[in-house]
Amino acid sequence: MAEGPVEKGIARGNLPPLELYVPEPKYRPGDVVDYSHLPVPPAGLLARPDETCPASETWPLTLDMVRVLDDDDHAVGAWNPGLDPETLRRMLRTMALTRAFDDRLYRSQRQGKTSFYMKCTGEEAISVACAMALAGDDMVFPSYRQQGILISRGYPLVDMVNQIYSNRADPLKGRQLPIMYSAKDYGFFSISGNLATQFPQAVGWAMASAIKGDTRIATAFIGEGSSAEGDFHAAMTFAAVYNAPVVLHVVNNQWAISSFSGFAGAERTTFAARATGYGIAGLRVDGNDALAVYAAMEWAANRARANQGPTLIEHFTYRAEGHSTSDDPSAYRSAQEREEWPLGDPIMRLKKHLIALGEWSEEQQEAMDRELVEQVKVATKEAEKNGILGHGMHHPFHTMFEDVFEELPWHLEEQAAQAMRERGIKWPEWKERDDA
Amino acid sequence: MPEETISKDNPLTDTGAGAPGRQMNMIEAINDALDIMMARDPDIVILGEDVGYFGGVFRATAGLQKKFGRNRVFDAPINECGIIGAAVGMAAYGLRPVPEIQFADYIYPGLDQLVSEAARMRYRSAGEFTSPITIRSPFGGGIFGGQTHSQSPEAMFTHVAGLKTIIPATPHDAKGLLIAAIEDNDPVMFFEPKRIYNGPFGGDYDKPSRTWKGHPGGEVPEGYYKIPLGKARIVREGEALTVLCYGTMVHVAEAVLADKGVDAEIIDLRSLVPLDIETVEKSVQKTGKCLVIHEATRTSGFGAELVTLVQERCFYHLEAPVERVTGFDTPYPHSLEWAYFPGPVRIGEAVDRLMKD
Ligand SMILES: Cc1ncc(C[n+]2csc(CCOP(=O)(O)OP(=O)(O)O)c2C)c(N)n1
Ligand SMILES: [Mg+2]
Repeated sequence: MAEGPVEKGIARGNLPPLELYVPEPKYRPGDVVDYSHLPVPPAGLLARPDETCPASETWPLTLDMVRVLDDDDHAVGAWNPGLDPETLRRMLRTMALTRAFDDRLYRSQRQGKTSFYMKCTGEEAISVACAMALAGDDMVFPSYRQQGILISRGYPLVDMVNQIYSNRADPLKGRQLPIMYSAKDYGFFSISGNLATQFPQAVGWAMASAIKGDTRIATAFIGEGSSAEGDFHAAMTFAAVYNAPVVLHVVNNQWAISSFSGFAGAERTTFAARATGYGIAGLRVDGNDALAVYAAMEWAANRARANQGPTLIEHFTYRAEGHSTSDDPSAYRSAQEREEWPLGDPIMRLKKHLIALGEWSEEQQEAMDRELVEQVKVATKEAEKNGILGHGMHHPFHTMFEDVFEELPWHLEEQAAQAMRERGIKWPEWKERDDA
Repeated sequence: MPEETISKDNPLTDTGAGAPGRQMNMIEAINDALDIMMARDPDIVILGEDVGYFGGVFRATAGLQKKFGRNRVFDAPINECGIIGAAVGMAAYGLRPVPEIQFADYIYPGLDQLVSEAARMRYRSAGEFTSPITIRSPFGGGIFGGQTHSQSPEAMFTHVAGLKTIIPATPHDAKGLLIAAIEDNDPVMFFEPKRIYNGPFGGDYDKPSRTWKGHPGGEVPEGYYKIPLGKARIVREGEALTVLCYGTMVHVAEAVLADKGVDAEIIDLRSLVPLDIETVEKSVQKTGKCLVIHEATRTSGFGAELVTLVQERCFYHLEAPVERVTGFDTPYPHSLEWAYFPGPVRIGEAVDRLMKD
């Protein structure tokens, strides 16, 4: 037994001193990008285990990558979901609509019509194919980059724009930052600005569905960067313990603002491999391959619905644009990354697949794109009639005090009266539409 | 450079003595303070989301990783519990971490490490372990950031025994206070009013924004200096009314009272805990009237503490009820941001009530 306090920092023979390891991405601005180190397995090779298999049977898949579309644009292998051309065209159209929407609303922000916008360029397959593989009444707990799910479920574009413009028709009454939608009727949970909180919530919703003997499942999406939060691990633990009917997605788009995936642990193992430590099923998918995404979501949804428990799915993809309108990615990553990305563009890949099937053409694609641009334009023009941010066409002042609680306590009534009085002083001419 | 170039009585005008000033915005002043301190003390490390190569989403740590290496300035996983918990561990080893929480709104996942651990470490180990950690975090609204990029949660931290809470209102003070915070041997919350990073803000959102150019608080002395924690700044001496405020609201108060032509004594508290009670008392005893202003929500805000202290200590000098102007008790709204913000109209009404007779 040692006597007294130990001596500190003694030399240990010829052992070298300890060193801190700090991850550093391969490419910075101006660097030539070469992704040849990135393993991209050929499509169609992986076996598709039975949906009710023991979780451990899926673990090899967490280190590999489910891919369906091959280099010749054919859908191959056991994971091919075998969708009919009509469904494929709908998938393509929804993905393209999502991109057209992003492009236009991004420009709206640049034109000063709102404060903020976030695109999901390059990630459209993930939200759209997942939405299509889910039942319409399954519950989605999204992050801020799954606008494709809302669009896929037929949420009115004009209401999305109303929310983005924070105007008097904004379903969320101008309270939330643009794109932080909430759409209960479309099974789309209120988006939080605080990362990762939706993950344990999805598990709780799924547990509730199980408690009530329902047939609906829940699904949640999180960025790879956000998977570092404790909420991710809380969700995984609860999902495993209660065998919850939930499908948990990590969207690995390589970047979290300026931090590459190495700061969430990607240099050590895959995100899908986290499933192994919790003893739940896991899949790793080519996130730019809409058919692989669809197949994985379908597999996991069937598994959850059959009381076989949760699945963690990693979608390997690339954030093709800046984090948001507040971000300039040229300050921290090489612009070449996007061009060199080995998994291509999800819309182009699905388009080429349909063309290879003889079910689509470049001309049809161009006509569709024009149509979608017009469709979005109509929606934005319609929304603009309800106002844009900062031009006075907002919800009535009193709404600011509503929904803090179910009923307004005295102090909020007083504060509401104060707000109205202040407006009267600052804008004596002002008339608010439905204000008493 | 002498250690104390700033006199507690008139810190702004005193800096010229041997310390040439340089025009800086608040981000530059913070960056300068970090730079100087990292060069002086090899135990200082900076960690936080996006603080490394990129230099932070507000660029407060720009250039520091390049200068001091990845061993001392590094990105962190997106995990505020980990950021603060790791800082506690590093401090236990003997380092002096200066973590950044990207927005004050995102500190909540780290609260257990902060409240139960960092704040009580000295007490529970009878001084064996301490947490000399300075947590920097942008806070406050006025940038259309919605409810998760606008909050002013400072009162929560003042409620925790063992935490100091500092809020600068000028680039000059940001630098001097940050240096003092980093040298402090206890955990310090250093909240940066992001609305005034680039320039003072008088509360009129419909007027063009200003830069720090030409503002005396934008003159920042070169090199090392500190402003002691717990010392308020008298922004303007006056006889008619004492105004207690901090952060962005200092500039709004200044503008409103100048506009109203009231001879107010405006006090920028700079430090909520420890509080410069002496300066507060002296002023209220002189003016007999007191207005407290903060952007944070009203109920249990720091204003409640200030009003109580004034009542306890200056009751027989008061000629009018103490007034409190604050944000409303709602989440920070997006489209109605300026209806929420305690701007010139709300402050003006309170001043009028106080100056009635
Ligand atoms: C609790 C919390 N911490 C920090 C932030 C700030 N923040 C917003 S988005 C983001 C990056 C998230 O990256 P990732 O999870 O990879 O998602 P992606 O943006 O790539 O879709 C950060 C750090 C936040 N919103 N919430
Ligand atoms: Mg990401």
